[in-house]
Amino acid sequence: MKKTNLLALLGALTAMSWSATAQQTPAPKQTEAISIVGATAHLGNGQVIQQATLVFDQGQIIALGGPETPTQGQVISASGKHIYPGFITMGTSLGLIEVDAVKATDDQGDIGDMIPHVRSIIAYDAESKVVESMRPNGVLLAQVSPKGGMISGSSSVVQLDAWNWEDAAVKTDEGIHMSWPNPISQGRWWMGEDPGMKPNKNYSLQVDRLLQFIEEAKAYHQGGSATRNEPYEALKDLLAGEDAAYVAADSERQIIDAVQKLKAAGIQKVVIVGGREAYKVIPMLLENQVPVITQATHQLPFDADSDYDMPFKLPKILSDGGLVVAMHNMNEANHQNRNLPFYAGQLVGQGMNPEEALRVITQYPAKILGIDQSYGTLEVGKSATLFISQGDALDMRTNQIEHAFIDGRKISLETHQTELYQRYSGKYNQ
Amino acid sequence: MKNNAMRWALLLLLVQWVQAQEYFPKNDGVLVKKDLYQVFTEATVHQNSAEIIENATIVVKDGQIISVGKNSTYPKNAVVTSLKGMHVYPAFIDVHSSFGIKKPTGQSRGRSTQYDPSREGFYWNDHIRPEQSGIESFTYDAATAEKLRAAGFGLVNTHLADGLARGTGALIALSERSSNATRVISPKSAQYFSLTRSQQSQQSYPSSTMGSTALMRQFFSDAQWYAQGGSKTKDRSLEAYNENSRLPHIFEAGDLDAVVSADKIGDQFAKKMAIVGGHNAYEDIERVKKTGATLIVPVNYPTAYDVSDPLMASFITLSDMKTWNQAPSNLAALDRAKVPFAITTHGLKNPGDLMKNVRMAMDYGLSESQALAALTTVPAQILGQSNKIGQIKPGFMANFTVTNGPIFHEKTTIHELWIMGEPHVIHPKDLADIRGDYTLQFKETNYKLVIGGSLEKPSVQATKDSVKLTAKAERDGAWMKLQMYDQDQGGWMRFSGNALLVKDRIALSTDVDNTPIALLRTAPFDAAEKKVNPKEIRAIVPVTYPNVGYGYTQKPTAETVLFKNATVWTSEAAGVLTETDVLVKNGKIVQIGKNISAQGKVIDATGKHLTAGIIDEHSHIALKSVNEGGQNSTAEVRMSDVVDSKHMGIYRDLAGGVTTAQLLHGSANPIGGQSAIIKMKWGAPAEELIYSNSPKYIKFALGENVKQSNWDSGGNRFPQSRMGVEQVFVNYFQRAKEYDDIKKAGKPYRYDEEMEVLGEILRGERFISCHSYVQSEINMMMKVAERFGFKVQTFTHILEGYKVADKMAEHGVGGSTFGDWWAYKMEVKDAIPYNAAIMQRAGVTVAINSDDAEMSRRLNQEAAKTVKYGGMSEEEAWKMVTINPAKLLHLDQRVGSIKVGKDADLVLWSAHPMAVYAMAEKTMIEGAVYFDRELDQQLRKQVAEQREMLIQQMLDEKNQGRPTQLKSSIKPEEFHCDTM
Repeated sequence: MKKTNLLALLGALTAMSWSATAQQTPAPKQTEAISIVGATAHLGNGQVIQQATLVFDQGQIIALGGPETPTQGQVISASGKHIYPGFITMGTSLGLIEVDAVKATDDQGDIGDMIPHVRSIIAYDAESKVVESMRPNGVLLAQVSPKGGMISGSSSVVQLDAWNWEDAAVKTDEGIHMSWPNPISQGRWWMGEDPGMKPNKNYSLQVDRLLQFIEEAKAYHQGGSATRNEPYEALKDLLAGEDAAYVAADSERQIIDAVQKLKAAGIQKVVIVGGREAYKVIPMLLENQVPVITQATHQLPFDADSDYDMPFKLPKILSDGGLVVAMHNMNEANHQNRNLPFYAGQLVGQGMNPEEALRVITQYPAKILGIDQSYGTLEVGKSATLFISQGDALDMRTNQIEHAFIDGRKISLETHQTELYQRYSGKYNQ
Repeated sequence: MKNNAMRWALLLLLVQWVQAQEYFPKNDGVLVKKDLYQVFTEATVHQNSAEIIENATIVVKDGQIISVGKNSTYPKNAVVTSLKGMHVYPAFIDVHSSFGIKKPTGQSRGRSTQYDPSREGFYWNDHIRPEQSGIESFTYDAATAEKLRAAGFGLVNTHLADGLARGTGALIALSERSSNATRVISPKSAQYFSLTRSQQSQQSYPSSTMGSTALMRQFFSDAQWYAQGGSKTKDRSLEAYNENSRLPHIFEAGDLDAVVSADKIGDQFAKKMAIVGGHNAYEDIERVKKTGATLIVPVNYPTAYDVSDPLMASFITLSDMKTWNQAPSNLAALDRAKVPFAITTHGLKNPGDLMKNVRMAMDYGLSESQALAALTTVPAQILGQSNKIGQIKPGFMANFTVTNGPIFHEKTTIHELWIMGEPHVIHPKDLADIRGDYTLQFKETNYKLVIGGSLEKPSVQATKDSVKLTAKAERDGAWMKLQMYDQDQGGWMRFSGNALLVKDRIALSTDVDNTPIALLRTAPFDAAEKKVNPKEIRAIVPVTYPNVGYGYTQKPTAETVLFKNATVWTSEAAGVLTETDVLVKNGKIVQIGKNISAQGKVIDATGKHLTAGIIDEHSHIALKSVNEGGQNSTAEVRMSDVVDSKHMGIYRDLAGGVTTAQLLHGSANPIGGQSAIIKMKWGAPAEELIYSNSPKYIKFALGENVKQSNWDSGGNRFPQSRMGVEQVFVNYFQRAKEYDDIKKAGKPYRYDEEMEVLGEILRGERFISCHSYVQSEINMMMKVAERFGFKVQTFTHILEGYKVADKMAEHGVGGSTFGDWWAYKMEVKDAIPYNAAIMQRAGVTVAINSDDAEMSRRLNQEAAKTVKYGGMSEEEAWKMVTINPAKLLHLDQRVGSIKVGKDADLVLWSAHPMAVYAMAEKTMIEGAVYFDRELDQQLRKQVAEQREMLIQQMLDEKNQGRPTQLKSSIKPEEFHCDTM
C-alpha cells in the first residue's frame, strides 16, 4: 500500500472516530400543548404581533394572537422576548461535509457532468456536529444541495434535529441543481495560458448540451424507451413542473439565457442561484416569476470597482424590485450557515425593514422550496418550528435562543461546542 | 555535402565582410592595409541632445570620430559623402537587452519540492548566478540586429536574463560588417539583477517577491563577507560577483513599487543601481525622484482592451483602463520632474514600435532633447562609457544615424546607420520618388496605372478601359519590375527598368520583345491622398491617490475636527461616555469632554457613536504575496517589501471602521516572515502606510499548515509532524543564540539576516504572533520560549486557547482569535466561539481578528459575537477589536482607544458600533478623514464617469482599426494564511 493511501485511510479513520462521539439526542414528539405568552412574535410574513400568545400542539400552531388569546398546556412566559419562525438556510453542504480539509468527510459532489440522479439526502449526516451548531442561532431548516458538474443532482430539505436522514427529511428531491455555462472563462494558467478572463468560445455549445439533455429526458418521458435511464428519470418531477431547477448564474447574460432557455424548454420552476447581476434584469425575472437566491451578504464585492457595500444590499435591491429572495453561502465553509440571521441583519443596516429582512430567511426560502404551507411563517395550522430569542435575533448581541421547537418538539440547544464551553469554564472555576 | 557547400558559401561571404585582423595569417590573398578617412559634409549634426552644428563635417577613421565641426579640414585620402539636407544623430543605445542570448527554458518540477541547490561550489541558492557571463552564450542575431538598426539602435547591452543575480552583460555593436572580434565592445559591461527566479533550477526558495528581496540582501552581504575572507570554502558565485563588483549594476525591477524596493536594496549596500522599470512612475513622481536612481524605462504600453462586449468590459477594472490611458504620459512626467532615465526596447514585441511609442510620449509632453538623451547619453552614462559612446564627438565611436529630418518626427526617414564607421543602409537616401499616375501603351493598347505605396515598396493599380487588372510593382533600390495580367496580351506582361523619372517618363523594357516602352506620368503623387489614420491624442485621466477606482484626487490631510455630542466608546477605564465632544488637532486627540468649543470643522455626532479605529491583529490584505514557503524558516523576509498600497482591501477596511492592521506572513512554514503593521492611509505609498517606529513582529506557525498536511508537497520538508515543529524552533533559537554569542564576543562572523531577526526575538526586541490551533502545540511553543528566555507575544487563531488559558495567562501571552470559525480542517474540530470569553476571563488579553479581507471589514460584528457566545460585556467586547489588539501589537500608547494624546484614529458610526446594522460613516486616521460615506457616493460617480470615458476611448481605438486585446486582467485573489 502506498504511503499516501495509508495516510488517507488514517485520516478517514480519525475523522470517523471523531464523528462517532456523542451528539445531542433528538427531541421526542410533542406530548402536550405549549403556549408562549408575552413575546413579540415576528411572523416571517412581514407582520409583527406585540404581546403575542402562540399556542401549539401535536407539532402545529393552533392559536396565535394578542394577549387575549387563551393559553393551553404548558405556558412559557416570554415577556420582552421575541418569537421567530425557524430560519431556513439554502444551498448548503450541511451534513454532506464535516471537515473541509478532509476529503474523507466530503460527500457534496460526484464526478460527471450530468448527474441529476445523485441525491444529497442519502448522504446527509443527521449527527453532524456542524448541523447541531446551527440550532442555537435559530437556523432550524436547511436545503442540502449537491455541487459540481453541469447538473449536480437533487437537493432535499431537512429539519436539523433528527436521528437519521429519513427522520430529517422535510421534502426530498425537491430540486435539481445546475451550473449555467459561463460565457466568460479564465485562462488555464497551469497549462501556460494567460490567466485573464476571456470570452468562452464553447459557451453556446455547452448551453446546447445542457438543453439537449433536457430534450432527451423529455423524449424519454414520452414513453417507449425499452431501458430505464436514471438520469432522465431524475428529471421527471422537474419536467412535470413540480421540482425547481436551481440554476447557478451570476452575470446578466447567464441569467437571461438560463431563464429564457429553460422556460422555453418547458421547465416551469426556475430559481437563480447567485444572481450577482440580477438587479439588471429585475423586470424579466418578475415576468417569469423567478426567485433569486443571492450569495449571503457577508461577501466581498465582486471586483474592485463595485460599491463596497454591493453584497450587503443586493438582496434588498432585488426584494425592493418585487422579487422573492433568499440567500445562500455555498462558497463558504458550511459552519457559516449559523450566521444566516446576521446576513439578514446586514440588510437592515442597508435600510431594509427588519420584518422584510426576516422574510429573506423565512417565508421566501420556504416559498422557493415549496414548504410554505407548513414552514417559514408563524400561522395557525403551520408547523410549530420556531424559537424564542431574548432579543433581536438578527443581531449578534441579542440572538440568544432560549427555546427552540421543530414540529413542536422542544429541541436541545446544546452542542459539541457548548459542552466544551461548559467543561472548560468549569476547569477554571475549580 | 550540400550543407558543407552552404557553409563554405557563408564563410566566404563572411570573410568578405569581416575586416581582416592584422595579426591573423592570410592565405587567400595578400594582406592589405587601409589608411583612408571617411568624411561626411554639409550635415546638420546633433552631437548630443543639446549641441547641434549646422553644415558640419564629420571625419571618421578606423571606426572612430576624428573631428566634428564647421568647415573641418580633412586629409586628402578621404572618401567624402555629402549629407546635404540630412541630419546626423548619435546612434541609439539599448542598455537593457537580451539580444543574441537565449533565455533558458524552464526545468520540469519533480514530485518532491527541491530545497537544496543543484550546483556545487557555487552560491547556496541556484537563483543567484553572478558567475554567468552573458558573452559566453552570445550568438550574433543578424535578423534582430536589422530590426534594432531600423529602430535607430547602434549598440545594445545584452545579458542572460535569468535569475536574481544574472551575471555580466556585454556591450555589442550592431555592425553587420564585422565579426564578434570587433563588434563586442565590452564582454563585461555591467552586472545584472532582478527579483525573478532562474529558469535553470527548481530550488524552492525564494518562492515570493519578499523572499527574492531578502535573498538579494543576503547575497550582497555575503559578497562583502566573502571578500573579507570570511568563507573557508570556495564560492565561485560570490567570487565572480566580487571580481565584477565595480561594473555598473542594472536591476530589472518592474513597477514603481518594485523600483523603490530595488533602490532600497542598492542603498543598503551602497550600490548605485540603474533600475529597469517604472512604467507607472507618473503615479507618484516625487516617490521616484526620492530614490535618486537612474531609470531604464520600457515603452511597451498596454494595448487597449476590447470593451465592445459589456460583459467583458465588466471584467476590466478602472485601474487597468487607467493604466492603458495614462501609460503614454509616463516619460513626459519623468522629463518634467527631471528624473534621469534611459529608454529601452525591453518588453516590446518589435523594436520598430519604439519610435512610434516615443513619439506618442512626445504627444503628451516628452521633449525631443530628453528623448534623445534617454536613447544616447543616459545609457552611455549608465554603462560608464560617457566618453566613448552616445555622442558625435572626437574620440567617440563612429556610431551615428543619418536621417532626412528631425529624428523623432513622424515623416522623417532613417536612411543610414553608421556603426563603428561602417554603413548600414536602412532606407536608401537617393531613392527617386516615382509614385504618381501613369499611362502605358503596349501593343496598341492603353493602360492606366497609379503607382502609390511607399518609396521602397510601391503599389500599383492598373486599368484598361476602366477595367481593373491584376498588377504588381516591385522595386529593388534603383531597379523596378512591373507585371500586369491581361488575357488579350497572352497573360502576364513583364516590364523592368531603372526607376528613374526623366521628364515625367520612366523607360522600361519588356522581355516579350525588344520594344522599349515608357511609363508616362500624367500626375505626380499626391501625398495627401495617402490614407493616414487621424492621430489620436487621448485625454489623460488624472492620477488619483491611489491610482485606482475610489482613489482621491488629493491626498487626505489632517484637520482640526470637533465631534459634537457623540456617544464615545473610549476603550479605556472611562468606559462609554454619552453626549460627549472629542476634539482632534494636528492628528491627535486633544480634548474629550462636554461642551467643547474650538475653531475648525464641527461634526454633529448627535445620536451617533464615536470609537477608536478598529485594529485587525491578523490580516493579509494589501499584500502582493503572503507566503515564502521555500524554506521551513524565513525569518529574513519582510512583508514590508510587498505591501500593495493600491489594494481595494484598504478602502473596504476603512469603510468597516478599520484603521490599523498587522499584515502577517502566511503559515506555510514554522518560522515565517516579519510583519508589516500599517495604517489604512488610502492613497499613501507603501512605505507611508507602515507605522513609523513600528514595533517589530514576526509570524510563527504551528500545526497542519507547517507540516503540510493539506496539500501534496512531496513530504520531504522537515517538519511533517508537530514533534518536528518543536525541533525546528529549538534548533533555530539555539543557532541564533550561538550566533549572538559569537557577535558579542567580537569574533568575525557572517552576517545572517535570519539569525539577526531570531536574535531580536531572544532579546525581546521582536515579538512573535504565532498561528496556532491545538492545545498541545500551544503549550509546546510557550515551553520553547521559556527555555530560551523570552515570551510569546500573541497566539493568533489560538482556537484551543480556551483549553490552556490558565497556562497562557501565566506565560503572559495574548490570544487573537476568530469570532466563530471552525470545521474547516481537522485541527479546528474543537474550536468554539466561546474561546474569546474563556481566555479573557482567565486573564488573557484577547483580540478578535479576521485573517480574511471580508471579515476584516466587519470586525465590529465579530466582536459582537463574543456578547452572544460567552456573554462578554459590550465594553469588553469592543476592546477586543480596539485597545486589546493595540496592546498585543505594542501600539497601545499610540492607538486603540479614545484618550487625550493618542493618534486621532477614529470612527463615527451611524449607530451602536456592534449593532449588526451599524455603518461606519467617517473613518479618520491621524486627523485626516480617509473614508466618508457621503464622499463615497461621489467616488462611485467618479468611478462610473471615468469608466465611461475610458470605454469610449477604447471603443474609438477598436472602431478606428487600432489593435485591442480581448481579455481582462485576472481577478485579484484575496489572501489567507495558507495562500501559497
